Amino acid sequence: MTQAHPIIEMKGISITFPGVKALDQVDFRLFPGEVHTLMGENGAGKSTLIKALTGVYRIDEGHIFMGSQEIRLGGTSDAQNAGISTVYQEVNLCTNLTIGENVMLGHEVRTPLGINWRATHKAASHNLAKLGLGHLNPRAPLSSLSIALQQLVAISRSMVTETKVLILDEPTSSLDAVEVEQLFSVIRKLRDEGVAILFVSHFLDQVYAISDRMTVLRNGTFVGEYLTEELNRTDLIAKMIGKDIAALRSLDSQSASRQREDRGEPIYSAQGISKKGAIDEVDITLHKGEVVGFAGLLGSGRTELARLIYGADKPETGSVHVHGEKQDISSPAAALTQRIAFSSENRRDEGIIRDLSVRENLILAVQAKRGWAKPLSKKESDEIVEKYINQLNVRPADPDRAIKNLSGGNQQKVLLGRWLATQPDILILDEPTRGIDVGAKAEIQERVLELAQEGVSVVFISSELEEVVRLSDRIVVLKDHKKIAEFENGPQVTAESIVTTIAQDGLDDQSGETTGEEAER
Amino acid sequence: MSITTESRTDVPGGRPDGAASEAGARGFAARIAGWVKSRIDLMPTLASLVIFVAMVIYGEAAYGRILQMNTISNLLINNSSLIIIAVGMTFVIITGGIDLSVGAVIAFSSVSGVMLINHGWNPWVVMIVMILIGSAFGSISGILVQYFNVQPFIATLAMMFLARGLASMLSTVPERLPDDSALRQLATKIKLVDGPKVNDFVITPGVIIAILVVLVAFFILHRTRMGRTVYAIGGSEQSASLMGLPVRSTKLWVYIISGSLSGLSAVVYTARLGIAQNITGIGWELDAIAATVIGGTLLTGGVGFVLGSVVGALVLGLMNVLITRDGGIPPAATTIITGGILLAFVLLQRLVQAKQRE
Amino acid sequence: MNHDSSKGMGVLKRIFHHQYIWGVVAILLLLFINMIKDPSYLSITVNETNGNLVGNLIDILRAAAPVMMIAVGMCLVIATSGIDLSVGSLMVVAGAVSMEFLKGASDNLGAALAALGLALAIAAVLGAVNGLLVSVVGLQPFISTLVMMLAGRGIAKVITGGQNTASTNGSFRWIANGYVVGLPVVFLIALLVVIAVGLLVRRSALGLMIEAIGMDPKAARLAGVNRRGLQVLVYTLSGLLAGIAGVFATASVMTVDVSRTGDQMEMDAILAVVIGGTSLAGGKFNITGAFVGSLLIATLDKTVVFLGVSSSATPAFKALVIVVLCLLQSDRIRSLFKGRSPAAAAPSVEEKEVVAA
Repeated sequence: MTQAHPIIEMKGISITFPGVKALDQVDFRLFPGEVHTLMGENGAGKSTLIKALTGVYRIDEGHIFMGSQEIRLGGTSDAQNAGISTVYQEVNLCTNLTIGENVMLGHEVRTPLGINWRATHKAASHNLAKLGLGHLNPRAPLSSLSIALQQLVAISRSMVTETKVLILDEPTSSLDAVEVEQLFSVIRKLRDEGVAILFVSHFLDQVYAISDRMTVLRNGTFVGEYLTEELNRTDLIAKMIGKDIAALRSLDSQSASRQREDRGEPIYSAQGISKKGAIDEVDITLHKGEVVGFAGLLGSGRTELARLIYGADKPETGSVHVHGEKQDISSPAAALTQRIAFSSENRRDEGIIRDLSVRENLILAVQAKRGWAKPLSKKESDEIVEKYINQLNVRPADPDRAIKNLSGGNQQKVLLGRWLATQPDILILDEPTRGIDVGAKAEIQERVLELAQEGVSVVFISSELEEVVRLSDRIVVLKDHKKIAEFENGPQVTAESIVTTIAQDGLDDQSGETTGEEAER
Repeated sequence: MSITTESRTDVPGGRPDGAASEAGARGFAARIAGWVKSRIDLMPTLASLVIFVAMVIYGEAAYGRILQMNTISNLLINNSSLIIIAVGMTFVIITGGIDLSVGAVIAFSSVSGVMLINHGWNPWVVMIVMILIGSAFGSISGILVQYFNVQPFIATLAMMFLARGLASMLSTVPERLPDDSALRQLATKIKLVDGPKVNDFVITPGVIIAILVVLVAFFILHRTRMGRTVYAIGGSEQSASLMGLPVRSTKLWVYIISGSLSGLSAVVYTARLGIAQNITGIGWELDAIAATVIGGTLLTGGVGFVLGSVVGALVLGLMNVLITRDGGIPPAATTIITGGILLAFVLLQRLVQAKQRE
Repeated sequence: MNHDSSKGMGVLKRIFHHQYIWGVVAILLLLFINMIKDPSYLSITVNETNGNLVGNLIDILRAAAPVMMIAVGMCLVIATSGIDLSVGSLMVVAGAVSMEFLKGASDNLGAALAALGLALAIAAVLGAVNGLLVSVVGLQPFISTLVMMLAGRGIAKVITGGQNTASTNGSFRWIANGYVVGLPVVFLIALLVVIAVGLLVRRSALGLMIEAIGMDPKAARLAGVNRRGLQVLVYTLSGLLAGIAGVFATASVMTVDVSRTGDQMEMDAILAVVIGGTSLAGGKFNITGAFVGSLLIATLDKTVVFLGVSSSATPAFKALVIVVLCLLQSDRIRSLFKGRSPAAAAPSVEEKEVVAA
C-alpha cells in the first residue's frame, strides 16, 4: 500500500516559544498513498508540528526533507509551492467571495488583459468535480454552503495545485456522521491516487476508521510511530496520556449509584422559546440537583439553546419562568441576577480575559453583578480566590499570575470558578472538557456530579456522547435546531442509542425539501 | 442554509396557457429574487445609483437647471479630486482598514508642490513629486499597519497629524500658483459639446485623469490577483494568509495606493484652484469615506465596488449643489449633513448585516 | 543577581515599572534645557500685591490644565478600545455655548454658573451621543467620533453664527485667570478633577470593568459586565471633561475662536495618554500616566516658545513622537527589548499557542 520512500521526513524538529519548548527533537515520516494520523493530547504539540510543516512557524532545530531534498519553509506560500496543502479545523476560506473565487484564489486563469473569469470558473468546476462537487455553481457565494461543504471546497483548493501532501487538521469537528463519511470517501480517493494525507483528530473511532499509520506525541516529544492495525485503543490512549484512565472509569460507577429522587417543582421552565436561524420553539425544564445533558451533533443548536436560556441571545418567542415567576431574561446580566450562569464553549474568546490575572478573572462575574459602584473588598476577593483555587485545584495556585500563562485545563478551571463564585442555582456548561488534558477532564466531571449533589441544576453540553451519558440524569437530544427527544438516563441509554435516535429522526422526516448542496440522508 | 442558484431554476414545459404565463411571471420574480440574493453585495451600490438619480430628479423638480450639460460638467470637474481619493479609500476600506490622512496629505503635497514651482522647478517634475509625497506617507502608514501591527485608524491618524504639521511648517498663508504655470493646464476646459449659451458639456484633463484612475482601479480590483487578494483580506485576513496569498505586501500596497492617489488628487485640485494652503483638505477624509460607504462598500471590509465610490462622490457633490441652490442652509452645516448621511448609511449597513446573520 | 545590588535593583525596577517614568524624565530634561538658556528659569517668586506665585513653572501648570482634562477622558475611552476624536470640537462647542450665553447675560456669579452648567451639559450630551452610537448602534468609535469632530465644529459655528463671540463676566473669567492660595485656580480645579476621576476608577470596580471591556468585550458581556452602560458613561465623561477644557480655554481670553479653539487638541490628548503608558489597543490604562503626559505636553509647548523655536513645527514633532510611541508599543519591538527573539516567523494573524492547543 505505501511506497518504500517517505515523501516527507521531519528529523529532530524542535520549536521553542517564550517559556515553553513546544517540540523537542520530534521525528515524523509521511508516505505517499497513505493516511497518517497525528495523535496526542492537547499540549502534545500536534498543532505546532503541523504549523512547522505548513510554513507558519519556523523551526529552531532539525530538518525537513521532501523526497530526498531538504526544504526550508519560510512562509505559507513556500509550503504551497512545495505541494503541501492544508485544510484547517475552522474552514479558512473567504465567505465574502464566491465558491469559484475561493477555489481558484491565487491561481486564477490569467491573460495579458487580466483574469479570464469564464475560464477561471470553468477550472473551478473542474476541480470541484474531482471531489464530486461538480454540481455546485461556482458563481454562488460561499456563504450559501454548509460548513461541511465549505470544508470540501477547501479540500478542492488542493486539487488546483499539484498537491503531494494534504494536511487535514481536525476536519470533522463540525460535521455530522453522514458528512464525515462523505469526507472519508474523498480522503480514500485521494489516498488511492497517491496523495500523502496527514490527518489530525481526537475522535478515536474516526481515527481507527480512516488511518493506515499513527504517530503519537506527548508533551512535545515523539513517542512512536505505529501501524494502525498493530495498535489497539487502550495501548494508544496509554501512550498518549502516559497514565491510566481509571479516573474516568470510576465516574461511571459514581453516576450509576446516584439516587433518582423525586425532583420536585422545576426551578426553571421555558415554553416555546426560539430564535430564528438558531433554534426552533423548544420547551425546557430544569430541576434542583439534576444534571441535564444536551446531546446532539455540532450545529444541532445546543449552544444556541444554552445561550437563549442564559440571555446571551434574546429569545424571540416563548416565555420563561424561574422559581415559578415569569421572567424576561434577555441579557447575561439579567440571567446572573436570576442565578443562572453559563460557561461558553469558546474559552479563549468568550471566556477568560487573557491579560487579566487569575484573581480578576475569578471575581469578574461576581463584581459585574454588584455593579461598578460596589467593589469587592480585599477580604471578600481573597475569600473567593482561595476557595476556588483550592476547590478546583488550579495550578499554579498564584492568583496574581496572568491567566494567559496557565494551561488550557487550568484556565477552564478558573473559568468554572468564576461562575461558581456567583453561587448559581443553574449552571450551564458548554463543552467544559474540550481541549484539556485527561486529568483536568476527570476533575471537572467529578465537580459536576458534586455540584448536582449540592443542589445545583447543571446543564451539561458536550460533543462526546460518552461524557453526556456518564454524567446526566436526563438527556435532551437536539437535531437541526429542534428538540427531538428527551428521556431519563438509564442502563439502556448509551452513546449508540442516542446516535440512533438522531439518525432515526431524519429517516421519519422525508417531507422536507431536498436541497442540492447538502447531502441527502 | 441553501439558496436557489441559477443552475437550479426549472423551466416548466407543456402547461396550459394561463398557468404558464402566471407560472412564468412567478418564475421570473423568483429568478430576480434569486439573482438579488446571489449578488447581495451589489445591492447597496445599485441603491446608491438609485439615490443619485432620485436626487437629480428632485433637484430638477425643486430648483430646475440641474439636468443640463453645464451642471453635469461642473459636477464632474469639481469632484474629480474627491473621486480620486475615494478610489484610494475604497482599496483601503475593502481590506478592512481606513485612511484618515488623505486630506492632510493633500495639503502637504499641494503646498510643497506650489512652493517648488514658485522656486522654479519644472512643473511636470513637481507633479510627479507631489504624487510621490503621497506615496511616501502611504508607505509609512502601510508599514505601521502591516509590520508593526498598529491599528489602521491610529497609524493614519498619526500620519494625518504629521502631514498637517509639516504643511503648517512650510507655510500658513495661501501659496499662489503663477497664472502661466504648466500645472494649470490640467484645469483647462475642453468643450466636448457646444450647447446653447453657457450650457456646454465641458471636461478638463483633471476629469480625464479621474476617469483613468477609476478604470485602472476597476481593472486591478476585478481582473488581477492583487485585487482578489484585497477582497480576500477583507473577508478574512487569516484565511487569505493561510491560503498562501501575499497578504503582507498587499496590505502595504493598498496604503501606498491610497497615499499616491492623495498626491494625484492634490495635483488635480491645485491645478483647478491655483492656490495651496495648509488648511486645505480638512474634513476631506470624511468626504472620501462617505463617498465610499454611500457607494456600497462595507466599512467593515470585504465588500465594495470602486464604481460605487464614484457614484457616492457624485452624490455628495450633487448634495452640495442642491444645498447651494437652496440657499437656506448655512455652509457651516454641510459637514453636519455629510456626517449625518455617512452615519445613516453606516447604520443601514449594520441593519442589513444583522438581518443577514439570521 | 548579586545579593548586594539586588535591593537597589529592586527599587529601580519598581520605579521603572511605571511606563510614565520616561515622561517624567522627559519633563526634567526639557526643564534642564531651559535652565541652560536661563539659569533662573525654575525660579518662583511671590507677587507682592496679591500673594500669587509667579514663574515659568506656574505658567506650565496653567497651560497644562485643559490638556489634562481631555487626556484623562481620552485615557478611559482608549481603555475600552475606543477613541474620541471629537474632544477638540466639544471644547469649542462648550466655549461657544458659554460665550453666547454670557454675551446677553449680566455680569454676576449666577450667570457664570449658569453658563458653566449649560456648556458642560451640552458637551456631556454630545459625548453621550458618541457613546450611544458606539455602544447601542455599534459603530466603530473612530467613525462616530470623526463625524462628531467635524459636525461639532459645525454646530459651534452655527451657535455663534460664524462669529468669534466674546463676552464679559468676572466670575467666569476667574475660573481661568484666578488664584487661590497663590496657585492658579485653573490648575487646582484640573488637579482635583484628575484626582476625583482617579479615585472613582480605582476605588470602585470601574477600572476592572473598563479593562475587561477593552481586553475582551465578548467575554466581558458574558460575565454580565454592562458594556453598553459603561461605554456610554466613558464617552459622556470624555465629553464632559472636554467641556471643562473648553471652558478653561475660553475663559482665559473670554472669547471663543470657532476655527482655532480646540484645534488639534485630540492629538495632544492621545499623545499624553500614550506617553503615560496606556496602550492604544485598549485594556490596561494609567491615569497618573495621562497626568504626567499632559504636563509634558505643556512643558514642551512652553519650551519651544522659550527657546525661540518656531512653534509651527511642534505639531509635526508631536505627531512624530506618537508614531515612535506606537512603534514602541507594538509587539514586534517589545519582544526585541525583552530579549527574547520571536521564536517563529509567524504572520501577524497567527496567535502563538504557547500552552494547550
